[in-house]
Amino acid sequence: MLTLDQATYDGIVAHARRDHPDEACGVVTGPADSDRAERLVPMRNAKKSTEVYEFDSLDLLRLYQDMDARGEEPVVIYHSHTGTEAYPSRTDVELAPEPGAHYVLVSTRDGAHLPGRAVELRSFRIVDGEITEEEVTVVPT
Amino acid sequence: MAVEVRVPTILRTYTDGEKAVTGTGGTLGEVLEDLDSRHAGIRERVVDGDALRRFVNVYVNDEDVRFTGGLGTGVSDGDTVVILPAVAGG
Repeated sequence: MLTLDQATYDGIVAHARRDHPDEACGVVTGPADSDRAERLVPMRNAKKSTEVYEFDSLDLLRLYQDMDARGEEPVVIYHSHTGTEAYPSRTDVELAPEPGAHYVLVSTRDGAHLPGRAVELRSFRIVDGEITEEEVTVVPT
Repeated sequence: MAVEVRVPTILRTYTDGEKAVTGTGGTLGEVLEDLDSRHAGIRERVVDGDALRRFVNVYVNDEDVRFTGGLGTGVSDGDTVVILPAVAGG
């Protein structure tokens, strides 16, 4: 199960809306081994694409150096799909780099990026190519 | 020449869980071969044939080696090599 506070949940959804129709991506970091998603870090999609995403290579290095300095790890790795459902694509599964992370998918398809429309947000574990969906609980900030 | 190589979580199965290991060589390619002699299999996760894998980023002293000569990038005593899988998908 993934627990997100309301502000983090809203922050991920807002980021996905803002970058639509391009895919948005980022992480939520937390203390190592805590499984607490605490610090939202929106990243740039270096691909600026409606189909794929990739963290810029130097941004990625700085992110990991910053997490190391803080004793953190990526608890959530999120990205949006802007024309398909919030479910990991084959590429998402092949490339999933952090077996310990929650993979959050947001879909802004069918006009969901517009104000007042509901955005679909789902969370998955991806380990050794296996996708397991998990419940997302949102708690007050 | 000894350099520190920082290993990402997903490759720590090759280093008994160690976050950083020491390698020697004059180029990044030599360092990876040296590492592979003690941590068998790790090189192939980073290198495909004679080039870096597309979705693995390697940095020498905070520079992405794609812009500094790839596996031929020179390393010197005390340099730091960081390996990070790309965070990417579709």
